[in-house]
Amino acid sequence: MTTNTPDTANDNKWIGKRTIRPDGADKVTGRAAYAADTTMPGMIWGKVLRSPHPHARIKSIDTSKAEVHPGVKAVMTAKDIVNFPIEKSVMLGIQDMRWMCRNVMAREKALFAGHPVAAVAATTEKIAAEACKLIVVEYEVLPFVIDVEEAMKPEAPILHDFIRFKDKPSNIAGTLEHRLGDIGEGFAKADIVIERSFRTQPVHQGYIEPHACLVSVSDGKATVWSSSQGQFMVRAMCAYLTGLPQNDIRAIPAEIGGGFGGKTIIYLEPLALILAKKSGRPVKMTMSRAEVFHASGPTSGSYSTVKLGATRDGKLVAAQGTFCLQAGALPGSPIRGAAGCAFAPYDIPNVHSFGYDVVSNRSKVAAYRAPGAPIGAYAVECVMDEVAEALKMDPLDFRLKNAAKQGTKAAHGPVYPRIGFVETIEEARKHAHYTTPLPKAGKGMLYGRGVASGFWFNAGGESSAQVNINEDGTVVVITGHPDIGGSRAATANITAELLGIDYKKVSVLIGDTSVIGFSNLTGGSRVTYASAMVVTQSTERVITQLRERAAKIWKIDPDAVVWENGEARPAGDNAGKFEPLSLGQIAAQASATGGPIGAGQQLNTMGAEGGFATHVCDVEVDPDLGIVRVLRYTAVQDVGRAIHPSYVEGQIQGGAAQGIGWALSEEYIFNKDGKLDNPSFLDYRMPVSSDLPMLDSVILEIPNPKHPQGVRGVGEVPLVPPLAAISNAVYDALGRRFYSLPMSPPKVLATMDMAAE
Amino acid sequence: MDIQYVAPRTLDEAVRAFAAAAGAGRILAGGTDLLVQMRNGVVAPGTIVDIKKIGELTSIEETKDGGFRVGAAVSGAVLREHAKLSKVWPGVVEATNLIGSTQVQGRATPGGNLCNGSPAGDSVPAMVAAGAIVTIQGPNGRREMPVEKVPKGPGRLNLEPGEIVVSFTLPPRGKGSSDAYLRMIPRTEMDIAVVGCGVSLTMDGGTCTAARVGLGAVAPTVLLVEEAAKALIGSKLDDAALAKAAAACSAACRPIDDKRGTIAYRTKVAGVLLKRTTLIAAERAGGK
Repeated sequence: MTTNTPDTANDNKWIGKRTIRPDGADKVTGRAAYAADTTMPGMIWGKVLRSPHPHARIKSIDTSKAEVHPGVKAVMTAKDIVNFPIEKSVMLGIQDMRWMCRNVMAREKALFAGHPVAAVAATTEKIAAEACKLIVVEYEVLPFVIDVEEAMKPEAPILHDFIRFKDKPSNIAGTLEHRLGDIGEGFAKADIVIERSFRTQPVHQGYIEPHACLVSVSDGKATVWSSSQGQFMVRAMCAYLTGLPQNDIRAIPAEIGGGFGGKTIIYLEPLALILAKKSGRPVKMTMSRAEVFHASGPTSGSYSTVKLGATRDGKLVAAQGTFCLQAGALPGSPIRGAAGCAFAPYDIPNVHSFGYDVVSNRSKVAAYRAPGAPIGAYAVECVMDEVAEALKMDPLDFRLKNAAKQGTKAAHGPVYPRIGFVETIEEARKHAHYTTPLPKAGKGMLYGRGVASGFWFNAGGESSAQVNINEDGTVVVITGHPDIGGSRAATANITAELLGIDYKKVSVLIGDTSVIGFSNLTGGSRVTYASAMVVTQSTERVITQLRERAAKIWKIDPDAVVWENGEARPAGDNAGKFEPLSLGQIAAQASATGGPIGAGQQLNTMGAEGGFATHVCDVEVDPDLGIVRVLRYTAVQDVGRAIHPSYVEGQIQGGAAQGIGWALSEEYIFNKDGKLDNPSFLDYRMPVSSDLPMLDSVILEIPNPKHPQGVRGVGEVPLVPPLAAISNAVYDALGRRFYSLPMSPPKVLATMDMAAE
Repeated sequence: MDIQYVAPRTLDEAVRAFAAAAGAGRILAGGTDLLVQMRNGVVAPGTIVDIKKIGELTSIEETKDGGFRVGAAVSGAVLREHAKLSKVWPGVVEATNLIGSTQVQGRATPGGNLCNGSPAGDSVPAMVAAGAIVTIQGPNGRREMPVEKVPKGPGRLNLEPGEIVVSFTLPPRGKGSSDAYLRMIPRTEMDIAVVGCGVSLTMDGGTCTAARVGLGAVAPTVLLVEEAAKALIGSKLDDAALAKAAAACSAACRPIDDKRGTIAYRTKVAGVLLKRTTLIAAERAGGK
């Protein structure tokens, strides 16, 4: 499976080892407690009434019949949520509370089919659903627009009167621009210039666990159990939207059934909190799969144009990109990821990258694994393939010739430190996958190979940790981020390594907002990176204490004590002759030597350097049915240091699998009334396991010089190259380029037939 | 609203309970459609009549003339484990076993698949190609009907109130006969047919002497495509004959554009699948 097990694993006892995941047994036996598994005495059920219209002014809402319906305990509308006026932006991370307050419940207008307009809490789910039907909403139905290109046209229905672009009402809510050099001069030097336009469909994160929460309010203090990528985010957003101070909200993270960015914002929690406050009863809310599809964030659909210029000897001299991304109903599409990451893998002297944030009548987008970056990379990496072909160069050689390296100035700002992009290309080029010939066309099947590369920023940010030595010498580590990618196992590996003790003696827990300091959410491929830093510093402080305690027992200077292999030892013969003291022995004497042993650290972590990957993909195309199957897939990635290689591979495979779905089969299908027609996993076609070959991951370790273990973020860059790698492979098989995703069977067949005519 | 559940031991009791429930009754065989529809709020039955406790509906037996009688509530998994049936009617068995996942195949039945009334049901085109005769019992007694006559339109059947599908009778097979079923789905499993094609044929010295073709998901009901069969019969299944039969299939299509496929796509793929299915059936029948 892994063709390249990190060498450094051998230098360590635990870091780099495939330790048993601490959450594994609970998950396979069904004991793991997800948000929907939480119940309380006296609990009642909340349900959301959603707009049937994609765009409508809400003239009035009459909840009187629902309120007196037997079994109903509380009814709420947008009136009950703190209003953030349009005039003033209030930011929480990348989220603007003006949009969040209007996303969790429609205020002036319903902006997409499925937009919440009211919510009911009742003694049973059924009564709550019945009561929703008793709420009378008077709508003024307005013309709607779904598609990004349509929404940008001057005659398009306008979603928000307050959005203006170039002094006119517009659906263009924002722009972002990166410039480097002078593209005019750059293209003038080019021997080959290729410009193409591309379309992608919005795709959902596809987490298996739908959104769910349970909220109890007692004596004005709220406790929130929910499935999210950040309990502190849940607390802060609930505080903003309900007006409670943060100390009156305790947010408890449940085990999470997937997020992929989609759970970095909230939907149900503030509604349940308000209903709980009104009713005096704990309120549980869960979304159905259809609600997840209708109303929770996918990532943007897009329309992009990319132009590349190269000299005859294969050097890129200019690049221009325009990336128009659907934000959904409210501003905030990931244009930074699209425009910023698109050209980041390459050393190009002249770059102009421009992003448009465009609103339309569909659910507000949420983060999805390297938000925006796959969209940018799809366009750029497909044009790279065409330029390489025009130059008669191997596509990997072309990338290698232009690869960014230490010292390269990127258009989005930084000058790169030591990065491992070149190594990913070199590794892909010599990999057995790339050197093995494709199967020969036969039995009506055609075969093709494609490559693509990708970049993701990665993130650091705020993290807190506490490392406590128990009385029996075992260790408990508490961090503040939900574990969706293996952070508990990675943290245990690091702690065991530093302390020199058995991995099994370390338990890692995720603290709720009342027991651990602020920790930013699980996103941006930041958690193993950032928690490793705070856990390392905490553990180093613990080791200092352990040396001090041993010194006290031996009555020598702490500087004369070293910590080795899980034991305190005299630093040398001059320090005196003492039998080593184990962690257990020191812990047993902790009370006598100064009290409990433990330490915490809180940091705003810096130095998370970007991640690079290069993917190789082989496809088989059935030209008569238009079916594309991925036959072989190899993802090469520089991960800095793989703390837990199995999890790293899992992240790489998962990203590639999601990319295959995005490229070949996933799409939102809207009916003529502007309502989503395929809100289920049956017709929203994510790949199933039998659709995929074993996805081979090659881990490269070029350590991040700014991190104690050399870690770079891992989880997001695997979704950046696949769209183009697959698209380029389909071209190689069919001799025909596709400029729009997904390359679904009807589309492939229609394009083939067009070519034949 | 309360739901009444009955699980009678005899067909007569089942017919009585079903007839008594009138429009509010639903038959439960494997439940892989019914329970999903109930959860999604598509149907809200007052009475559920479980037919899995009735011997005649849950057994497979060989008929005196060498054919088979397959109970309507036999699961796909049981069908597959019947060695002789799988050998004689491989297309029918493989079609039924394309429905859902392994877990679903332990429940899903050909009777349920037919009575769900979906034009995309996988077992139906194979049954149509096989020339299966359906036995139906109702308040007015027992009657028989060719399988292709049962569906009336999406979700609608040519059954009288209170009538229950009891079994499928597959005719005896002569030497050189076999069948096959292929469907097009965008994924490799866990999906619904965009087009399904069943072919049953008899080969004699390289010549096709008998053939039936069933097409699914290309019209409001599963189609028996007699023109396609005519193009195959008497031929050596050469390219010209296959092309003619494929064209007949495409011509028979009256599909819709929907989230699962376009009109153009379904029409073309019907012909492609006809060719491929025919060659598999011919291979099984002893070759061209």
